[in-house]
Amino acid sequence: MRAEAQSSVGQEIEHGAHGHPGWKTYTLVAVVLAIITAAEVAVFYIPALQPALAPILLVLSAGKFSLVVMFYMHLKFDSRIFSGVFLAPMSLAMVVIIGLILLFKVLPLYR
Amino acid sequence: MDHAATHETATGLDSWKLGFWTFIGSETLFFGSLISTYMVYKGASRVGPYPHEILNIPLTTISTFVLLMSSFAMVLALAGVQNGSRKQALLWLAMTAGLGATFLGFQAYEFTEFYRHGLTLSTNLFGSTFFILTGFHGAHVTVGVIWLGILWVMALRNRLTPRDALKVEIAGLYWHFVDVVWIAIFTLIYLLQ
Repeated sequence: MRAEAQSSVGQEIEHGAHGHPGWKTYTLVAVVLAIITAAEVAVFYIPALQPALAPILLVLSAGKFSLVVMFYMHLKFDSRIFSGVFLAPMSLAMVVIIGLILLFKVLPLYR
Repeated sequence: MDHAATHETATGLDSWKLGFWTFIGSETLFFGSLISTYMVYKGASRVGPYPHEILNIPLTTISTFVLLMSSFAMVLALAGVQNGSRKQALLWLAMTAGLGATFLGFQAYEFTEFYRHGLTLSTNLFGSTFFILTGFHGAHVTVGVIWLGILWVMALRNRLTPRDALKVEIAGLYWHFVDVVWIAIFTLIYLLQ
C-alpha cells in the first residue's frame, strides 16, 4: 500500500519529463550531427570561404549545440524551469566571453 | 536513492534533476571562464609552437565524431533502462563508456605529440591556456567514463531497473554536457585558429 502510494507520487513528479523522443529521432539527430561536423571541417579547408570562416563555423557549432541540448538532454521536452536554470548561466558565460574579447582584442585596436 | 519514493516538491520537478541542472549551469560558467581566458590570450604567444603549427585537425575531427556518437549511445542506454531492457542498457552503457575512453586515448596521444614537439604547460601562453582548457575537459570525460562504468556494473547486477532511470538520465545529462563543451572547444580552438 505504502509502496503504491510512493509509486503514485513518483509518477506524478515524472522527473519533469513530458515524453522523450524515440530511437528514430535520436538516430536522425546523430546523422545530422555527423553531417554538420563534416561540413565544419570542409569549410575549414575551403580557401574561398576563409573570409566568412568565423560566422559560418559559429552558426554550425550553435546548431550542433542546440541539437544535443534539445534532443539528447531533452530540454525541448522537459520543464522550462530546467531550460531557465541552464540558459541563464550560459548566457552570462557568453556575455563574459564576448565582453573580455571586446575589452582585450577589439578595444586596443581603437586606441 | 529511491526515486519512486520522491517526495512532492513545490515545482513538481524532481529535486535531484533540478539540482543537477543547476550544477550544469555552474559548469557552463566554469568552462566559460576557461574559454574566455584562451580567447583573450589567443595570438599572444611570443615563442612557438603556435596553434597552426601543431593542431591536428583530421585527428581531432575523428575524436570529435567519437564523442558525438557516444552521446547517441548514451540516449539509447537511457531508453534501454527506461524500457526495462537489461541487454540494451548493458550494450549501450558499455558503448558510451568505450567511446568516451577512446576519446581520452585520442587526447592522450595528442598531448604526448604536443609534448614531443616542445609544447608544455609552461612553454607559452598557447600551451598554458590550451592544456588547462582541454585538460579540465578531459578530466570531466574521465569522471564520466568512471560514472558510466559504475552504472554498467549496477546493470550487470540487476540493480538498474526502470525505477532507477533517473540515475541514468542524470549521468546522461553530465555526459551530454561534456559533449556540448567539446563542440564549443572544437570550433573555437581547433577550427578558428
